[in-house]
Amino acid sequence: MNIAQKSTFVLNQRHLLGIEGLSPAEILGLLDLAEEFVALNRQIEKKQSSLRGRTLINLFFEVSTRTQASFELAGKRLGADVMNMSVGSSSMRKGETLIDTAITLNAMHPDIIVVRHHASGAVELLARKVDCSVINAGDGSHEHPTQALLDALTIRRNKGRIERLTVAICGDILHSRVARSNIILLNALGARVRVVAPSTLLPVGIERFGVEVTRDMREGLRDADIVMMLRLQRERMNGSFVPSTQEYFHYFGLDQRKLAYAKPDALVMHPGPMNRGVEIDSAVADGAQSLIREQVEMGVAVRMAVLEALSRTLPNA
Amino acid sequence: MMVTERRPILLANGRILDPSRDLDIHGDLLLADGVVREAKRGIGAAGVPEGTEVIDCKGKVVTPGLIDMRAFVGEPGAEYRETIASASQAAAAGGVTTIVCQPDTSPVIDDPAIVDFVLRRARDTSIVHVQPMAALTKGLRGDEMAEIGLLKAAGAIAFTQGAKSVTNAQVMRRALTYARDFDALIVHHTEDPDIVGEGVMNEGEFAARLGLVGVPTAAETIMLERDMRLVALTESRYHAASLTCAESLEVLRRAKEQGLQVTASASINHLTLNEIDVGPYRTFLKLSPPLRAEDDRTALVAALASGLIDVVMSDHNPQDVEGKRLPFAEASAGAIGLETMLTAGLRLVHSAELPLMTLIKAMSSRPAEILGLAGGTLRQGSPADVIVVDLDSPWVLDPAELKSKCKNTPFDEARLQGRVVRTIVAGRTVYEYV
Repeated sequence: MNIAQKSTFVLNQRHLLGIEGLSPAEILGLLDLAEEFVALNRQIEKKQSSLRGRTLINLFFEVSTRTQASFELAGKRLGADVMNMSVGSSSMRKGETLIDTAITLNAMHPDIIVVRHHASGAVELLARKVDCSVINAGDGSHEHPTQALLDALTIRRNKGRIERLTVAICGDILHSRVARSNIILLNALGARVRVVAPSTLLPVGIERFGVEVTRDMREGLRDADIVMMLRLQRERMNGSFVPSTQEYFHYFGLDQRKLAYAKPDALVMHPGPMNRGVEIDSAVADGAQSLIREQVEMGVAVRMAVLEALSRTLPNA
Repeated sequence: MMVTERRPILLANGRILDPSRDLDIHGDLLLADGVVREAKRGIGAAGVPEGTEVIDCKGKVVTPGLIDMRAFVGEPGAEYRETIASASQAAAAGGVTTIVCQPDTSPVIDDPAIVDFVLRRARDTSIVHVQPMAALTKGLRGDEMAEIGLLKAAGAIAFTQGAKSVTNAQVMRRALTYARDFDALIVHHTEDPDIVGEGVMNEGEFAARLGLVGVPTAAETIMLERDMRLVALTESRYHAASLTCAESLEVLRRAKEQGLQVTASASINHLTLNEIDVGPYRTFLKLSPPLRAEDDRTALVAALASGLIDVVMSDHNPQDVEGKRLPFAEASAGAIGLETMLTAGLRLVHSAELPLMTLIKAMSSRPAEILGLAGGTLRQGSPADVIVVDLDSPWVLDPAELKSKCKNTPFDEARLQGRVVRTIVAGRTVYEYV
């Protein structure tokens, strides 16, 4: 049974490789479309048929539970045939190159491929070799557009708007595609973006991203409406980016004391998975100001919106 | 540790030298409640509180207590070589009122708990101030940065790799970047260990004649050059722990001219001795970095005179007899110096190579400024860490009289001129020469 769709939004490009290049109108169009799917996902009958007959392939070169599951559900709820290929599968382990994999899949006429890869730019490289649409589910440290979209949707639903909100993104900015996509999107929609991290976790040149930069959590969280925490990978200790999780948590981890530096009604977000006790403590992650669970819910809706919006320009749509 | 009751002290009729403000006057210095009250001519009986101890300093010099920026103290782990207590006794006898100690102890000072241990041991057993440096990398292994934030919060005054260099430039870069966020100072020993190899003294004709493997000055200069590039890249603060040669001074000069936040120390040994002093394989003169050629020594002294070299330190390194009583190449490197640093430095003053003010400044005010310590000055309200020096009295060093547990001094039986006659820490006399 179809819900009467109010939005006729169409994404006029073949791929979604990043937030870079999307206009504010396009971003808002995706968010508005996603709102409809939020409502749909809360019904018992979630099935749509807009992607019936279409083939969606999830091609994940990097392990992911939530993003892959989120895309799989999104595709199935829209009626597509969904196939999952992840790094555990044999041909990837046999060392087949990225491009050979793309050419092989392309020969099977998929409509949409969702790709996650550990190398920045790999998804764009693959997109040039296929005839279908490609969605970037995260490429290296470069972009993760659907994460930024679901974060924006979550913020808008809780704060009513995005423009003129102060958003503090805290943590390993250097290695984070989530940070980059969010910075671009939030700036496009008029928010005031601040990044907080030790200097060793900030990219050289970050000042030119249109963000305020600080190495101090008290300064960084002052007047923040949204506090977005990023995961710190354990490998960062080996690379001498930060000396230990204890020191990191002491100076940069989000606990009740530091959250109090932000506005009293500030809300906490995290793209997951969390390292409890490293960048965020359990009391905050599970507390009243946390939006972390809602982000996951918004993820499915946003991915449905992206699939829907792209599919409206597929051949034979 | 001080059992004497603290009374006000008036140091009268002395030559008061305060390098923190280039003050050189004849007068009286009043100390009370652990701080400097006044420094001026003719304070007189009327100006002093009741019960003041009046000490006649006629013919003597009164200066801020010395701050020794590099001393190895054996706690924890090497108490047989030196303890905080014995080092403090040696320091007091040498006019050093603050010891900045190295972290290459056992265990290494790379954990806030160990910083805390050192501070508590000092509080309980030391008669002078002790400021511990912490390790820049975990275990001083050179591969992972130590917890600079937490260590500084626990009381570490600066960070160093001890008597070694961090050879991984990426680790050094990240450490400089990270330390900058905490306004933490990195004090780096500059010596490329691969070039040093088996070297045991300065490379050159003298080493060749003695049949000893030499260490070229390039081992130091190359590492210093690398570090200057990293400092420029990271815009951080940096202190070169021990420079010994003219080529390094050139690198330092260019770095300062470029505006980099760089300062440097030289050890009293490299300022007053050269490779020839090794003589017939005298292991008390075996140092690391090694004593250099006379040209390097004079360049170092000139650099100190001009302020290019900011700090003089003792590089106090107690080594027991067994380690030194071996063929030169096998012997341990290092010399003690807490007790003799000032006296040895006075040689340069007596030979007119260096003004007294400059020497004292490099041993007190400059270390205080660089480390952000309250001492090194006789300004009103500053800590009453003061010494009285007799510039002229001649004496012969008898190692048995030295207070350090180890007696490996390069000035064994040397004729010296000038000594500390009184050391006051926090307003109490902790050493007096009678």
